[in-house]
Amino acid sequence: MSATTTRTATALGAARRVDFPTLSRTVHGRRLVYLDSGASSQTPQVVMDTMDDYYSRFRSNVHRGVYQLAEEATDLFERGRSRMATFIDTPVEGLVFTKNSTEAMNLVAWSWVRTRLGPDDALLTTRMEHHANFVPYLHAQQDRGFDLRTIPLTPDGRLDHDVARELLADGKVTFLALVHVSNVLGTINDVAALAEMARDANPDCRVLVDGSQAVPQMPVSVRDLGVDFYAATGHKMCGPTGVGMLAARPELLEEMPPFLTGGEMILDVTLDGFTTNEVPHKFEAGTPMIAEVGGLGTAVDYLTDLGMDRVRAHEHELVGELIDALLSVEGVTVHGPMDPDLRGGAVSFELAGVHPHDVGAMLDQHGVAIRVGHHCAKPLMRELGVNATARASLGLYNDRDDLGPLVEGLERARTFFAR
Amino acid sequence: MYQDIILDHYRKPHNRAGELEGTDAKVHHSNPLCGDEMDLRIRVVDDHLDAVVFDGDGCSISQASASAMTQAVTGRELDDVLDLSENFRMMMHGDDPERLDDLEDGIAFQGVAKFPVRVKCALLGWMAVKDAIETYRGGDAAHAVTHE
Repeated sequence: MSATTTRTATALGAARRVDFPTLSRTVHGRRLVYLDSGASSQTPQVVMDTMDDYYSRFRSNVHRGVYQLAEEATDLFERGRSRMATFIDTPVEGLVFTKNSTEAMNLVAWSWVRTRLGPDDALLTTRMEHHANFVPYLHAQQDRGFDLRTIPLTPDGRLDHDVARELLADGKVTFLALVHVSNVLGTINDVAALAEMARDANPDCRVLVDGSQAVPQMPVSVRDLGVDFYAATGHKMCGPTGVGMLAARPELLEEMPPFLTGGEMILDVTLDGFTTNEVPHKFEAGTPMIAEVGGLGTAVDYLTDLGMDRVRAHEHELVGELIDALLSVEGVTVHGPMDPDLRGGAVSFELAGVHPHDVGAMLDQHGVAIRVGHHCAKPLMRELGVNATARASLGLYNDRDDLGPLVEGLERARTFFAR
Repeated sequence: MYQDIILDHYRKPHNRAGELEGTDAKVHHSNPLCGDEMDLRIRVVDDHLDAVVFDGDGCSISQASASAMTQAVTGRELDDVLDLSENFRMMMHGDDPERLDDLEDGIAFQGVAKFPVRVKCALLGWMAVKDAIETYRGGDAAHAVTHE
């Protein structure tokens, strides 16, 4: 975190919008108020500049090239890897690039869960998972027959640690998969405590964390969390679309069979066999997303300069005001923890008597972009007893002045759709 | 998108009921991605749609469109209802409707075609009445459909 000292005077919030070209546009004649960073963040110009630079100056393939352009492209790509590894405090040789966090979790489901877990094992996950960290295990369970267990929620939207302890008690849980920060409830889970609890019950238990929402909004040290696998994605952390990652303990990657096979991931191929490349390349088959990894490296620099501790502090302050603003509208209820200490910047809510689709469409008329629907978390929707919710989620460029248009749009929806 | 006609149907839906005396077929349709749920019941007399009622939860577009649909189809021959339903479906996919007058208030939903995410909301009631007729003709009394 040494870089945080270089630009400590840089203000967050509205002052940063100048860095993000999209945020200067209007929608339906109104200033765009972007409250959907939980789905995908905006991209700063510096990230696009890096990608343009690659396409216009040294466009070529990575690795094995013996000419200048290929060396520059390889440097850009591997710089992205080392920047990203430092950013989340994980060994660089354990950092595998995937197309998104969904692919990262599928990689582990195929190369670890499906090769290790059988009818005598149990896999423990939670009822607040995104489908990306749930369906791969449902799918694997059909073939491998392990027991699939889920940690329920407390009434205020946190994981119930007491029930988790009971679910671990028989020592059969050999894999724990859980989300770091909920994309629906905003809940920040105590991942380190749950990982320790799982290993106390069974020292051989491996732990995977879905960090898709966490990495963009708080400092993350995979090492300090003490987990085996950590998945994240570039497009939610000011990076480009099309690049995600799996941070794994390198020795586990060594043990695992490859996921996708083909070029790049091999050392040698004969007519009757192949040997795999060194990790992490063993898990990166084919030409990778070169421009995107380059852009991601610049996104990491951008966030590092701002300081993730400051990003967290900014969103921590603003999310409390966001909840207060939502609750100021008659008929609004908010899901998840109310205490900003326990939550990130995504807030799911309902407006009594108005379907979330109508809420979203009305806010759009006010220039406000939010997400509505089941947020790829149908088991959680059932747990909450709803079909869908509306969700406002914060980014480092949001500020108090975004809350006015949100409240104004909600008031309009409330009166417009009153029956 | 939210024209006055649509809002009127949303606020004061026509033929919204959970029961229908002498029901010949009942269908349940849902859009799981939106969370729209609809029960629809029909009564048939002499191959005509004598009565149709709907009930359920959903956004303003799905509820208002179902209400407008019930008014446009009640009393028509079953084949005519199927034809009108197809006319509405084509309109929601961007075609100019041939049976402008027969669609009655359904015509107000033409603008929804510009919002691809909401098209299936507007179609829900119309697809349900089509399915109810096919269910009735197939000799069944109930059918459930989940839309992709």
